[in-house]
Amino acid sequence: MNTVIFRTIAPILVAIMLVFSVFVLLRGHNEPGGGFIGGLIAASSIAIYGIAAGVKEVRKALKFDPIAIAGFGVFIAAFAGTISIFYQAPYLTGIWAYFEFEGKKIALSTPLLFDIGVYFTVLGTISTIALALEEKEEKK
Amino acid sequence: MEEKANYEAAVKLPVAMIDFATGFADWFIILPTIIALMGAALLIMLRFNRSIQPILTIIFILTIIIIEINLLLRILALGPQSMTMGKWLPPFGISFTVDIFGISFALASALTALIVTIYAQADLAKREVKYGFHSLLLLLLAGVSGAFMTGDMFNLYVWFEVMLIASFGLIIMGGRKIQLDGAIKYGFLNFLATSFFLIALGLIYGLFGTLNMADISLKAANAPFGPLASIGALLLLAFGMKAAAFPVNAWLPASYHTPHPAVSALFGGLLTKVGTYALLRSLLLVMPTARDFLEPLIAALAVITLILAPLGAIAQTNLRRAIGFLLIGGIGSVLVGLAVPNLRGVAGASIYIFHSILTISALYLVAGLIEKIMGTEDVRKMGGLYSASSWLSILFLVLVFAVAGLPPFLGFWPKLLLIEASLERGEILLIIALLTNSLLTAIAGSRLWAHIFWRAGPEGANSEQPNEKLQPLKTKDKWLCSAPTTILILLIVYFGINPNTIFGLGRVAALDLLNSDRYVEATGLAKPDLVTMPQLGEEGEK
Amino acid sequence: MEIALAILIGMFFAVSIYLLLSRAIIRMLLGISIFGNAVNLLIFTAGRLTKETPPIVPMGEEILLEPFANPLPQALILTAIVIGFALFTFLLVLGYRAYQELDADDTDTMRIAEPERAPRPPLTY
Repeated sequence: MNTVIFRTIAPILVAIMLVFSVFVLLRGHNEPGGGFIGGLIAASSIAIYGIAAGVKEVRKALKFDPIAIAGFGVFIAAFAGTISIFYQAPYLTGIWAYFEFEGKKIALSTPLLFDIGVYFTVLGTISTIALALEEKEEKK
Repeated sequence: MEEKANYEAAVKLPVAMIDFATGFADWFIILPTIIALMGAALLIMLRFNRSIQPILTIIFILTIIIIEINLLLRILALGPQSMTMGKWLPPFGISFTVDIFGISFALASALTALIVTIYAQADLAKREVKYGFHSLLLLLLAGVSGAFMTGDMFNLYVWFEVMLIASFGLIIMGGRKIQLDGAIKYGFLNFLATSFFLIALGLIYGLFGTLNMADISLKAANAPFGPLASIGALLLLAFGMKAAAFPVNAWLPASYHTPHPAVSALFGGLLTKVGTYALLRSLLLVMPTARDFLEPLIAALAVITLILAPLGAIAQTNLRRAIGFLLIGGIGSVLVGLAVPNLRGVAGASIYIFHSILTISALYLVAGLIEKIMGTEDVRKMGGLYSASSWLSILFLVLVFAVAGLPPFLGFWPKLLLIEASLERGEILLIIALLTNSLLTAIAGSRLWAHIFWRAGPEGANSEQPNEKLQPLKTKDKWLCSAPTTILILLIVYFGINPNTIFGLGRVAALDLLNSDRYVEATGLAKPDLVTMPQLGEEGEK
Repeated sequence: MEIALAILIGMFFAVSIYLLLSRAIIRMLLGISIFGNAVNLLIFTAGRLTKETPPIVPMGEEILLEPFANPLPQALILTAIVIGFALFTFLLVLGYRAYQELDADDTDTMRIAEPERAPRPPLTY
């Protein structure tokens, strides 16, 4: 697996996949996509980088512990539901805010925040598993 | 044109959303679960910061306790409370519906979790804190509170799984070989139990087209009997397995003695009780017809569980395994309440669950202290603890009396209610089983007490010589372990001497379980006469 | 169609229970995994089989057009699959660790927590 071609291509591939994962995350509300799939794509890019550059490099590149990323995701998702407390609505009610940006109408919402939480949870969990498995391979 | 007319008719339909404002007080229904969940997430982010973990955990649990006391008082004054997520109308959104039955157990669990957190500080290894003990504990608490408060069957399943994942993490924490062994049995059988629950959920959805508990309870009255009975049987199997009732109890004595004593206390106090809670909730409130059909089976299981479990405890030489069997005996008492569903029976079962949460946790905590002083888990190698720590001997004896149901401790009152209830119905066999269980539990417990505390030294020729292997507790252990355990036991003694509060709570809980009107009203659903049950097969042919 | 699916679910259950009755942990894992699939199929069938149109409101419409697939069983199954996947992964790793540390794939030889020759309880008192 550790060929020169793969090692050269991997960083570019990872960058494209990460951008694509964010794209999938953001188009999720009205079209197929969302935090879960986006997170899976991002996690697989992390796994590819792990195979190409080694687990140590990935951990350095990630900056944060993958489990902590997952915890952050759960926190964000649970927090997204509590915003509706200020609107006298029950937990997890979708709150929407619209604003203009360069002539286009942009919609921000708590479901999006929730989806970002899901994205980070999936990314953190799956990359923890993937990195643990790759670490075991490296030791052999 | 026709399409357009259809379209206009559809638009005029009322939107299935709540149109009234949700007050801040209603948020108390969901806050305990969210705080525990967010706390768990926060602590996993901070897992390398060891010193802040216990402080934050205790702050979170204290907040949860304060909120739950407020909620309890509110429910006492105003009746069951409900909140449906995402502003959807009840059967469409997921409801959290809390009545006295749910909130009192949630409160007892939060209290137990607080005491276990303090207890665990004494000898939690650095590695275990880093591994996420506090985070998993809060996650477990989130699962337990969610399960006690949710008003939706599928959501109950989700909270069961949250609990299961957290308990997986806790049971293998430390990674000794014996824990791997216990975790495998625990994991497989509990996973299987939740899968059975999921089968029942699939059938419930197929039969009623809804998963909201209040909605099902309305529709169950005129549902076809056959499918309903099989759903009831599946639920009995699934929750019976979770609660460790005979004959699906084998996983409990195989696993509960393997982890850290604090974890054992948490599991013994919380996990099986959620199983019994779900059993009472689903078979009494949601589907009473299914329970009526299963009554002879439940009674038989109750009798066998009541008698066999303490016999198992007598035969054990491992201290915490013996306590595991005593715990199973208590599940039998709850099943008696399910078999005689009059006011006293159900109140007795509810109070028994409350008693069991506190008492079994305390028993495991004391067992942890005993093992710490003795340096062994084997009762045969113990002895002479009375001279070393007479305080501990009093605590253990109080707990043995409480578990056996001897007055004046907390365990006596639910047993009295259960016996009265069985007398009302003329179920002599159940009374005999309850009394035999008390006698056998007292024998098993007092034998343990005699072996650990009374005799001078370990078993064998020199059992009358003083035991020299005793390691006195360090001052840190004394304060961090003994003090919270004592507070828990004082609580048990207080409720035993002063049972009026819990009698009142138990009565309201039983009334609401036996008559679902107030529960359904709180959810905001229509009265039964408006609901028609679709005939089976009609939809399938479409 | 329901009958065919019911038979299929029955076969899944039969296979998984046969595997679960085995003493080898790896077979039990396969059994658990098939069991989960059987349950998911059961929920799917119990939610009534409808046309395979996705339940998405088309452009310009306000409500769903008949016929559409029932989205609720799909949501339930998705949740169940994700949870089942997490627990299955845990059990898989646990089984592997147990195989390494206890040197046992056979549950009969896994007797540390429950000693095979349990000591007799003390006879005094």
